[in-house]
Amino acid sequence: MTAVTRARAMLHHSTLARSLAWVVLAAVVLVIASDVISSYDDLQLATGAFYFAVLAGLTVLAGQSGQISLGHGALMAVGAYTVALLIGNEGWALVPALAAAVVVTALVGVPVGVAASRLRGPYLAGATLAFAVGLPALADKFPSLLGGENGLTINPPTPPSFLGSSFPLERWEAWIAGAGAIIVLFALYNLSSGGVGRAWRAVRDDEIAASLCGLAVGPTQAMAFTVSAACAGLAGGLLAVVLQLAQPGAFPLQLSLSLLTGVVLGGLGSLVGALWGALLLTMLPNWTNDLAHSFSLSTQVSANLPLAIYGVVLIAAMILWPSGIQGGVRALIRRLRRPAPAGVSQPTGST
Amino acid sequence: MTKFVDLTLSGVSTGAVYAAVALALVLIWRATRIVNFAQGAMLMITTFIASAIINSTGSYWLGFVVALAAGLVFGAVVERLLIRPVEAAPPLNAVILTLGLYTLLVAAAGMIWGNTPRSFPAAFSLRGYVVGGTRLLFTPNDTFTVLIVLAVAAGLGLLFRATSLGLQMRAAAFAPEVARLLGVRVSRMFTVGWALAAVAGALAGVLVAPSVFLGPNSFDPILISGFVAAVLGGLDSPPGAVIGGLLLGLALSYVSGYEGAALAPLAALVILVAVLMLRPGGLFTAGTERRV
Repeated sequence: MTAVTRARAMLHHSTLARSLAWVVLAAVVLVIASDVISSYDDLQLATGAFYFAVLAGLTVLAGQSGQISLGHGALMAVGAYTVALLIGNEGWALVPALAAAVVVTALVGVPVGVAASRLRGPYLAGATLAFAVGLPALADKFPSLLGGENGLTINPPTPPSFLGSSFPLERWEAWIAGAGAIIVLFALYNLSSGGVGRAWRAVRDDEIAASLCGLAVGPTQAMAFTVSAACAGLAGGLLAVVLQLAQPGAFPLQLSLSLLTGVVLGGLGSLVGALWGALLLTMLPNWTNDLAHSFSLSTQVSANLPLAIYGVVLIAAMILWPSGIQGGVRALIRRLRRPAPAGVSQPTGST
Repeated sequence: MTKFVDLTLSGVSTGAVYAAVALALVLIWRATRIVNFAQGAMLMITTFIASAIINSTGSYWLGFVVALAAGLVFGAVVERLLIRPVEAAPPLNAVILTLGLYTLLVAAAGMIWGNTPRSFPAAFSLRGYVVGGTRLLFTPNDTFTVLIVLAVAAGLGLLFRATSLGLQMRAAAFAPEVARLLGVRVSRMFTVGWALAAVAGALAGVLVAPSVFLGPNSFDPILISGFVAAVLGGLDSPPGAVIGGLLLGLALSYVSGYEGAALAPLAALVILVAVLMLRPGGLFTAGTERRV
């Protein structure tokens, strides 16, 4: 009895214990779910997992540190190309290549983050937008190394032999991507619940007060950007492993905008919201495909339908419920409990 | 040497287009303190409308005028329907909203007109002038581009300096509360600002479409360049936007001429970050430094 109480108290007080409990739970769900579902759904699971990794990094950046980035699609490209070069050309193993993708993207993120820490609002959005448009063009500049428009292909990862020879490739990919997502979840949960997250939020809410407390405003924001870039790098590396491809066409400006849709929809700053966002980004192309089939729309229409929905979601979210699904659900619950006075609109407190 | 002259001249011509986009961004920034990231998509739509008119009637100038008129209406409608609800909200909301509008317009254009870029006619000949036996890259159409952008910029300057409407617009932008007390209909001035900006954007679209082709994503680099040009000029001053546009046009022309076109967007990014780090108020402000 005392053991149970003590365990409960520990879960309540220790962030590390709580996050480890979440990690174990997520891993168990991942293993069981990937076993039950079809191999196509395993691929979807892998896709959702790398989307979650980048969205979690982006939502922490936007929500906790108050910075917006439209460059995360390009940062994913950095991670993807790193993995493709190291596995395809240098013959590295999977895990070191993914770790290298994290390190390289974080290193790219440092100068971007230092620049970003001095920019605000629309200036930051414009600069990261230029980054998203400009970076994929580098593949054309170095065609022999980066493969130009066609990009680089890598061999699919092979499941380790102790899992048995009939272990499906898609399930192995879901495990790899899922493990990456869980690592991101663990790292971000601990960072943002601890002193680091407190520093981010302090700088976000009041730069002058934060610097009076001894926080260095610029480095704190640059660090948030670097952490977020590292998550994007891992996500990009996982994308390269799952799709076995790194190519400029996979990282258009639209990718960065759909990532923005994902975090806005989920609510800025919420890790649970990132899960909503990942679900949307993974499932929406399928849903619109089905919709296009049942209404026999032309491919011209159906190919652009997801993009149109992202646009509508962004506009509607800003006008109707700026705090995202997660915030919207919370507000709905509040309103059901106690009717709010009419005419009071709720601005996004976190931005 | 000929290459340098060619790059300089084509830099002036593309710079004029950047200047027009920068003017559009500056007009909106002055009116509502919003950077309109949907500007590139809005001018894409008006250029598609011009293309449809030109194809069905065969008259370039009818298409040209309709594009500008469509821009006027489009800008006013966007401000009324979408921007007004977020004008008082935190700045990030407006940024996300205009990005959402960009996304929606690009998708809508893809649905209606397809994603394959198509050609777009030019107003005047695209064969370069011959000077001393060598054919330059500068064409009669480039002359038209530079002249009409300068004319529009001068017209806007005149509007702001010499008319009652311009005075009211400046008052509404700089001191909305006081202007309202003095009887200026501030929110109407915002709508007018957005409408005029969309006209400048529509002009840029029609001018640049012959060289970049017309597709849903054709104008993304133009928007980036226009933003960088506007920041170069201080984001607040129409003359600054024109000079910033011309300077950026020259810089990017040299970069893509000597180092390859793939580097031009990254060069724009480097220029943007350098300006924001060193002179956040733009190249031409002498006043106090402003935190961006």
